[in-house]
Amino acid sequence: MVQPLNRLKESASQTAGPYVHIGLTPNFCEIGGVYPEDLGTKMVNDKTKGERITVIGRVIDGTGTPLKDALIEIWQADADGLHNSPSETRGTADPNFVGWGRSPGNMDTGEFVFETIKPGRVPFKDGRLMAPHISFWIVARGINIGLNTRMYFGDEEKANEEDPILARIEHRVRVPTLIAPRDGNTYRFDIHLQGEKETVFFDS
Amino acid sequence: MTNKGPETGAFFQRDREWHPQAFTPWYKTSVTRSPQRALLSMDNTLSEITGPTFGHNILGEHDNDLLINFAKPGETAIGPRIIVYGRVLDERGMPVPNVLVEFWQANAGGRYRHKKEGYVAALDPNFGGCGRTITDENGFYNFRTIQPGPYPWPNGVNDWRPAHIHFSVFGHGFAQRLITQMYFEGDPMIDLCPIVKTINDPEAIRGLTAALDMQATIPMDSRAYKFDIVLRGRRSTLFENRLEGN
Repeated sequence: MVQPLNRLKESASQTAGPYVHIGLTPNFCEIGGVYPEDLGTKMVNDKTKGERITVIGRVIDGTGTPLKDALIEIWQADADGLHNSPSETRGTADPNFVGWGRSPGNMDTGEFVFETIKPGRVPFKDGRLMAPHISFWIVARGINIGLNTRMYFGDEEKANEEDPILARIEHRVRVPTLIAPRDGNTYRFDIHLQGEKETVFFDS
Repeated sequence: MTNKGPETGAFFQRDREWHPQAFTPWYKTSVTRSPQRALLSMDNTLSEITGPTFGHNILGEHDNDLLINFAKPGETAIGPRIIVYGRVLDERGMPVPNVLVEFWQANAGGRYRHKKEGYVAALDPNFGGCGRTITDENGFYNFRTIQPGPYPWPNGVNDWRPAHIHFSVFGHGFAQRLITQMYFEGDPMIDLCPIVKTINDPEAIRGLTAALDMQATIPMDSRAYKFDIVLRGRRSTLFENRLEGN
């Protein structure tokens, strides 16, 4: 007889719904006075180490229409490739950089914006370095479970070629969906939920 | 718990047949917002194993009290007064301490405070609908609010959401990030809801249904509902490759 492992099951996900901003960015949706400011809207200060960059993009549905009710969170390493997390064992990350950000899409254009820094490289499990990347998590009405993807940097061609995660994408034509082109200090990263240009999403 | 170092293992694989699928056409908005290609599977890297932490310094005194956190001084929100409490655990049954839990909901009449919302039910001038807290060292959280009302929505001709509270939970790694909804025991609307029905397994739906707890109820004041949240468990790192020298 098989012995029971007595594990619990993860709570099932449900959509964040159209009013996710009431809970996660109340000031953005005109519920003032409850929190002094929305969490995750400011990622850098004067002392944060690293190159300042802006990440701009939209989340686009299967008809080509940008979502105007999505909420995007990002998580990334600091300029030296260290995460500001208790589970980071390789050293202490920049105390002036939490590494986490949250952005609602603009209610008219759907555009999200993050003012952040370019992350350093983080090792893969076998010690090879991954290319610089930012982890994305996308929730919205109509999305039943949050979608995970990564943004890589268009000006990191050599690092991207060596990246062990990008190397696992069998259909090479899909690799560019994860690579954001650079224009000045701005990277544009449009996320396509469905169709011809569908972004690669991860189960990790 | 406090003497233990932080955990650094990868998370258990998500059971994506237990969670709702992306494409659930009876919930119409999912039709154009669901990826059609398979997800790319990978074991967690440091980018997923690590995650942000939040200190109590972000919390205001009334952040977990929706009865008063938007109300004028001396007034409170209108509706059935309830306390919602429970634990954040992982799949191993271990408490998940010191993690941020955020929640949002409609008022007692089912009306959200949001400018894109057009339901005829009135706003409550003393109810905003958002709150947050951080779990204690044993993974417990609690907040006080009013029980939200059911709410009609433009999906089917006559679809109504059951009374629900939205929850957003951080764990200790970004891969544990979860948004879900809490329903109320005994609500006949649960079985009718297209969003609830995005979940196939009745056990998984039961897991999102809070139980009335008369023992935690405060006499002549507020009823209590218990809602435990389970996040992904972690693998032990005992025999896994260590990144020595990196």
